[in-house]
Amino acid sequence: MNRISRSSPPKTPMKSLPYVVLLSMCLGTALAHGEDVKFNRDVRPILSNRCFHCHGPDEEHREAGLRLDRGEGPEGAYESVIEPGSPEDSELWARITSDDPDMLMPPPDSQKPPLDDAERAILRQWIEQGADYEGFWAFVPPAAPDIPTEFEGTPIDRFVWRRLSEEGLEPSERADKRTLLRRLSLDLTGLPPTLEEIQEFLQDDSPRAYENLVDRLLASPHFGEHMAKYWLDLVRFADTNGIHHDHYRDLSPYRDWVIRAFNDNLPYDEFTRYQIAGDLYPEADQDQLVASGFHRLHLIIDVGTALPQESFTRNVIDRVTSVGTAFMGLTVQCAVCHDHKYDPITMRDFYSLSAFFNNIDAEPETGGRRGPDFRRGLQPPYINLPDEQQAAQLAELKARVHAAEAELASAKAALEEPEEDPDAQQAEAEKQIKQAEQNLADAEQARDNLLVTIPAAMVMKERPEPRPAYMLIRGAYDKPGEQVQRDTPAFLPPLQAAEGEPTRMDLADWLVGREHPLTARVAVNRFWQQMFGVGIVRTSEDFGAQGAWPSHPDLLDYLTVAFIEGGWDVKALLKEIAMSETYRQTSVASPEAYQHDSANRLLARGSRFRLDSEVIRDSVLGTSGLLNPEILGKSVKPPQPEGLWKAVSMPSSFPRVFVPDEGDKIYRRSVYTFWKRGMPPPQMTIFDAPTREECIARRERTNTPLQALLMLNEREYLKAARHLARHVLSTCEASPGEQIDVIHETITSHLPAPDEKQALMKLATDLEALYAESPALVEELLGGETPPSDVPPARWAAFTLLTSSLYNLDIIKTRQ
Amino acid sequence: MTLQQQTRRHFFQDCGVGVGKIALASLLAESFASGSESATPFAPKPPHFAAKAKRVIYLFMAGAPSQLETFDYKPKLAELEGRPLPPSVIKGQRYAFIQPDAAVLGPRFGFQKHGECGAEISEVMPHLAEVVDDLAIVRSVRTDLFNHSPAQLFVNTGSGVPGRPSMGSWLSYGLGSEADDLPSFVVLKSGGSLSGGAAMWSAGFLPSVHQGVNFRSQGAPILHASNPEGYDQPAQRQSLDLIRQLNQQHFAEVGDPEITTRINAYEMAFRMQTRAPELMDLSQEDDETLELYGVKPNDSGAAFANNCLLARRLAERGVRFIQVYHAGWDHHSDVEGGVRRQCEQTDRACAALIRDLKQRGMLQDTLVVWGGEFGRTPMVEASAALGRSMGRDHHPQAFTMWFAGGGIRPGITHGATDELGFHVVENPVHVHDVQATILHCLGLDHERLSFRFRGLNFRLTGVEEHHPIRAILA
Repeated sequence: MNRISRSSPPKTPMKSLPYVVLLSMCLGTALAHGEDVKFNRDVRPILSNRCFHCHGPDEEHREAGLRLDRGEGPEGAYESVIEPGSPEDSELWARITSDDPDMLMPPPDSQKPPLDDAERAILRQWIEQGADYEGFWAFVPPAAPDIPTEFEGTPIDRFVWRRLSEEGLEPSERADKRTLLRRLSLDLTGLPPTLEEIQEFLQDDSPRAYENLVDRLLASPHFGEHMAKYWLDLVRFADTNGIHHDHYRDLSPYRDWVIRAFNDNLPYDEFTRYQIAGDLYPEADQDQLVASGFHRLHLIIDVGTALPQESFTRNVIDRVTSVGTAFMGLTVQCAVCHDHKYDPITMRDFYSLSAFFNNIDAEPETGGRRGPDFRRGLQPPYINLPDEQQAAQLAELKARVHAAEAELASAKAALEEPEEDPDAQQAEAEKQIKQAEQNLADAEQARDNLLVTIPAAMVMKERPEPRPAYMLIRGAYDKPGEQVQRDTPAFLPPLQAAEGEPTRMDLADWLVGREHPLTARVAVNRFWQQMFGVGIVRTSEDFGAQGAWPSHPDLLDYLTVAFIEGGWDVKALLKEIAMSETYRQTSVASPEAYQHDSANRLLARGSRFRLDSEVIRDSVLGTSGLLNPEILGKSVKPPQPEGLWKAVSMPSSFPRVFVPDEGDKIYRRSVYTFWKRGMPPPQMTIFDAPTREECIARRERTNTPLQALLMLNEREYLKAARHLARHVLSTCEASPGEQIDVIHETITSHLPAPDEKQALMKLATDLEALYAESPALVEELLGGETPPSDVPPARWAAFTLLTSSLYNLDIIKTRQ
Repeated sequence: MTLQQQTRRHFFQDCGVGVGKIALASLLAESFASGSESATPFAPKPPHFAAKAKRVIYLFMAGAPSQLETFDYKPKLAELEGRPLPPSVIKGQRYAFIQPDAAVLGPRFGFQKHGECGAEISEVMPHLAEVVDDLAIVRSVRTDLFNHSPAQLFVNTGSGVPGRPSMGSWLSYGLGSEADDLPSFVVLKSGGSLSGGAAMWSAGFLPSVHQGVNFRSQGAPILHASNPEGYDQPAQRQSLDLIRQLNQQHFAEVGDPEITTRINAYEMAFRMQTRAPELMDLSQEDDETLELYGVKPNDSGAAFANNCLLARRLAERGVRFIQVYHAGWDHHSDVEGGVRRQCEQTDRACAALIRDLKQRGMLQDTLVVWGGEFGRTPMVEASAALGRSMGRDHHPQAFTMWFAGGGIRPGITHGATDELGFHVVENPVHVHDVQATILHCLGLDHERLSFRFRGLNFRLTGVEEHHPIRAILA
């Protein structure tokens, strides 16, 4: 990175300056220039971190009758501690600068670090400027900002470049075509390009080549699968209950709907409505009903292991929490026990929201262990989704059950009719009853056997009469307080009920209303995060006062307004991002540049970050040729190390024992992998996939030895390496050097550099010599498979390891 | 005009270095913070204050042992046996299976005073009775939850709902690790399944590198820490050298320091894999030690003893938090037989662990903790329908734990329950206090050890006020 600041020479060693020094230095510059401090950007984070805990929105814990989250009004800061324009007359200033530990704020025993000089200077300047409060940025509806005119390029680039130039930085050059192709394929479909796709793109010199690529990827059926992965984290989708016995719970139709919705580019406002209130459409279609299964994704306990009222309450809280995180980027659950400490969400707000979600016509716990529902992982209400043939069979079997029931009823009736020869007659009647009972049991059995093969979707369903909702004192399920009505938080736009009692549909409309400040912003930010590794707001799960300040607030608002006005078009948004020069920059930079801005918030280069677990596994499957590209359907169980479930299963857990699937099912994309919350697949969790117990908008990205062990030693990955090695050795009639080129290009989308190739050739030769001396090892490694004709087994073994080594390169785990 | 030219022109024309720098600094601070975290996640970090203990061995007795058959002797119950408890005691109580007015069940075992401290220990724990002067016994622990899964999660993560970081993860996060060939947080299991599941050693929202690693009883102890068939170590070393070489080359081209972090992770992985077999080989111990614990390699009946010895070996190698789970304490029926059998499997090894650590000079900086997720009722549980008799139900109001080693005052008994063993009447200790105590012994202030997640500073001990148990601290 070249710094071009006027005041410092190009190679200022910024990385060696501790953060505080850096901050003070920058601040000094700021004050010297006499520029304004902004409340939301500069002041609010300080007050929120250090003061709001005791002097914020939470009335219950407010100290000294003082709130610093607003100036005007009762207990506001202007009443007592801030004299706008005059720090010397403001007690706030005296308190944060006092030498007296009894006077100093925050109090030394509060666990809050004292303010440093830079932070004090910001507060001082703010008071001098008049101590103006601003509404919190994220709670103000987005307005279209002016697009910078001093640059040419896409609006995204103009906003980014303006920011870069303010920092004295320059953007980077475009990445090369291979890198761009790989990057875009991974970002939009989660799969690397094939050799054919590489050739096609390299040979396409037309000006539209890149745009065509973007369009092609957005139209791929794998696009929806990849998009769904992010969404399923956010809504904590899984295949088991998550608590106690952790029984099977089948929500796969919901997943299928999410995948199709992204592939069909269902507008995001509709996508939201379907999930919040799909069941409340006047003539709800199948998709809308399936989407309402969103409300069934929470953890749920099985009957008989807890108190039902407690379970009921936990489910409702979980539902409200998921709506808060997934759609609004708010931590509403903080208000379960008390008013939110940092955001203006009161307990009343939380429980008023809960009144939309407490009226489900379902048991709060999953049912007993008998019957087809249990085996199917279902709990009413649900809808069966038979195909035509199944529907016909089912109708037939249901009719058979009806007939058997009728037969039994008439047999029983016969018994009660007085007869001339009671004894003989009775014996005959009893015999008939027995037969009828058997027929009924057989009919039911046949019906149930069919039922377990039919997909079904759990849905949301409202009870006819709304359940009253109460504030729960300290969040305790058995301590109801005041009754509350359905409503939305007061600091957000008012709810408009279509008629009478507000419904979930009203709530859904409210969420996607033009005035709602959060829904679209939060969504746009997450899509941006997908494309750059980090959101414009880094805390994509929290847009409240404790969340992070956006790196490019104007850009976020620009994109949000464009998103809404363009009809909540997700593909259009992703295309706009992909077409920007900002997105297309190379990620090659100096180590100093990486240290200076490791998360690439300023976007002076292309983003480089570790890929998610699913993308890593799918890349291995895809490049090795093993991937089963079939889309949609039930979850599958690819092999995993033995004994993992045993460690967490209860004796009557269903399923208790992990039985891997067979055939090409095990090579389906990872989005279909069976997700047991109590023990998710290790190939996923070792690379930071969440357990799906909580709504997660942003995954951690760690680098650990266990990841290295997984990539090195996982049998399934070695199998993939063996498969690819075999394929290339048997189909590519060329020199070993060229065969290495093909494998390298297949896996990394790049050709090896000459010295890399030399190193690879040497490894291949050394390993082949080593294996040539140990035929037993070769046999073990090749797992009993016969090598292709004309290929020495030792070479296949050597190429298997070489391929496996390539699967361990940094580039396989990194989007760059 | 190129992009560079455009930005440069704009910059020199009309752009000063503005107040935006402040925001820049905070953006970059995030970058620094996240960068340093991922660069050396395991590097030892200084505690908040001088630590007495460097590591923890937590013997978690899953299912909830009866305190009335082990540490909390209540002769009064024998007197009242067969009669209901007074209404004043049971008012407002709820149970999982029994009615509050169920009859009282007297202690099933005799108790005697042991050691210089004179602590009362039940006759089914003769070995532990011999080391009682090294223990601090707390008879006044209480919890908020009374079903296994949430209560186990509560002890281990501070919350009854899955998803929070576990105690071991907090310690790994707060203190790093002293082992360079082992994870910082290891989980060992015996005795059956655990209701709380893997969420009990989850890193929750902490970086997943701090997650507990469950050593498996079959195959390689660490997942994927053995070579696939036909892939021997010389071949692997060659392959690793190539991977390193190519990754280093890539770093030189790209500049991202994360690549270096991953190179280091591969080296640590190789060390883990190479040294794991030696770690697991209990036959390296002398006969006296094997005999002390009652170790029988590959005998599932001795799994707990084997794990206790393994725990000591892990402690020697610098692992920060070693959690030894032993399930099977949920005695809704035949509490007498149940507790006897469990003690036969665990008593000797628990005592051996204390003795062994002590004679190796390790007890002074190793904190050993023993306990379950709640206690059991003074009332009998019996149900013809469920086939239960002479059992005890879940009892969150009072149970017993013990502590020993680094930071703990030995030879004391703290807290007391009423004469029925029902309620705590002296020095109540909440589960969060227990957690605060463990952190304290390791030099961490439970109020300061926090992690920002979803805009809030989370900590192991929740938001209410809690304290380390001062009386049992050395």
